[in-house]
Amino acid sequence: MARKGEWVQVHQIVLKPEERPAHLPEDTKKVPLELWVKGFLNHDAEIGDEVEITTLTGRTIKGELVEINPKYEYGFGEFVPELLQVGIQLRSILKDGECHE
Amino acid sequence: MSRDMSYAGVISRKNEIMKKTVGMDYGIFESGSIAFDYERMMRETGYSLSEIQEIQRSVGVGNTPLIELKNLTALVRKISPKGKGARIFIKDESCNPSGSFKDRRAAVSVYHAEKLGYKGVAAATSGNYGAAVASQAAMRNLKCIILQECYDSRKVGQPEILEKQRKCECYGAEVVQLSVGPELFYTFLKTLEETGYFNASLYSTFGIAGVETLGYEVAIQCREMIGKDPDVVLITHAGGGNVTGTARGLIKAGAINTKVVGASVDLSGLHMASDYDFNRKSFTTGHTGFGIPFATWPDRSDVPRNAARPLRYLDKYVTIKQGEVFYITEALAQLEGLERGPAGNTSLTAAFALAMEMDEDEVIVVQETEYTGAGKHPLPQLSFAKQNGVEVKFGNPDEEIAGKNIILPQHPSMIKAREMDLNKMRKSYVKNCIENTKVQSVSMKDVEFLSEDTKSSVENIKEILTDMGISIV
Repeated sequence: MARKGEWVQVHQIVLKPEERPAHLPEDTKKVPLELWVKGFLNHDAEIGDEVEITTLTGRTIKGELVEINPKYEYGFGEFVPELLQVGIQLRSILKDGECHE
Repeated sequence: MSRDMSYAGVISRKNEIMKKTVGMDYGIFESGSIAFDYERMMRETGYSLSEIQEIQRSVGVGNTPLIELKNLTALVRKISPKGKGARIFIKDESCNPSGSFKDRRAAVSVYHAEKLGYKGVAAATSGNYGAAVASQAAMRNLKCIILQECYDSRKVGQPEILEKQRKCECYGAEVVQLSVGPELFYTFLKTLEETGYFNASLYSTFGIAGVETLGYEVAIQCREMIGKDPDVVLITHAGGGNVTGTARGLIKAGAINTKVVGASVDLSGLHMASDYDFNRKSFTTGHTGFGIPFATWPDRSDVPRNAARPLRYLDKYVTIKQGEVFYITEALAQLEGLERGPAGNTSLTAAFALAMEMDEDEVIVVQETEYTGAGKHPLPQLSFAKQNGVEVKFGNPDEEIAGKNIILPQHPSMIKAREMDLNKMRKSYVKNCIENTKVQSVSMKDVEFLSEDTKSSVENIKEILTDMGISIV
């Protein structure tokens, strides 16, 4: 249950596949153009409901409620061990005076 | 009566919407044919260099340090033939308020929006420019909407773009996120029409003039530090504004012998509007997917006449590979103590390769860096690539296929700047001019314009036109 005034994200279908322009690649043409935007919920609602929000610029936008207090989920990802080798290699070239010719 | 909000309906109102939201009439610079008065447009609708310096100074933009990369230069000399290995300097643009050179563009656009009395600004961009507009709008207490192409149809988003969403929101901007597709522009037009906000286009005269201070500072700082102009300035090339603005600034400083070299990440083979390809690339800007189409048809942008015209200024255009940029980004952190974002290091990578061919007494300036952090760093970007089925390994960068693998060079001497044929691009540009204006013949004024707009001779343009069967009257 989301309460009126809570910070939420809503989702809209902007263009259905058949409404998209003709010049798109096949894979893109098969799917709709979707939109997500965040704002304050104008009334109590459940996830999945059609709701109305007020965005930070004061616009009223309707859409399907998808998340409450939407979080930033990206980070630094899984560790990439390959990157460790770059610094080791470069420092050794500089120190040992490796020469191309 | 309600307005037609369908795709075709909104697109048909494009010119009317643009006129209202850019606050200028492009018609007065037109000839009715291919030619238009570019310099007059830049002069009459922009600001002078000193006005821009003042605008930028008042919001803490510009005057970033120029740093000599002594260890990277030493590395180049270790792996180059005797006497080769130019000195490499870098302009640390990450020192701007929102962390990139894009603050220079945004500072002027947002200043102009406020001066004309707009209540807010809007921009369609998934990159550093959005953060720059949001930051400048925050400083001037204007409302701000940033539209991003962000997710594929699984709602999976590039970590770099997601970080940009966070950054814009933390400056108080509203961020509209869209799935893959060029109809971002349709949504942008609808948003401009609904809000009446200023279109802080990347390609307006204000945006481009804002970058002129960067080229100007490079020349002045170089003279102060080493007593001469740089031999080469390396510029990451995407939509063309970075190349155009920097080159114009160098000319305004009198650095007319400095060679202007553009560099893009090679993403050939990936379709920029493909839902599948979207998350199989590790660079969302500074790549050939923008670099080539914008150089060969600049007026594809969101304003009637693009102020960014890279062919007008490029002496050379090179491409490099994704794995090479990640490698050099590591090198910059490990050897110079400068941890910066990968996208900004596109031109540094090309500089590294070109320095191996240039003499020790020559000087290369790389004119930007960008901030780094969660999402916008080689770790999340390579980790994201692996999750999306892209193989990451050491090897020969020449064998890298965008979308299939990312090849970190086995040895730094394998990093290459692969030269593009500029004359082929000039031909393509002339062809696009003919096709888009649908003319059967051109005037000498058009020929002269095309010669200036492609930095090539009148004879060369005449030859290209004759080969196309277009008469000159």
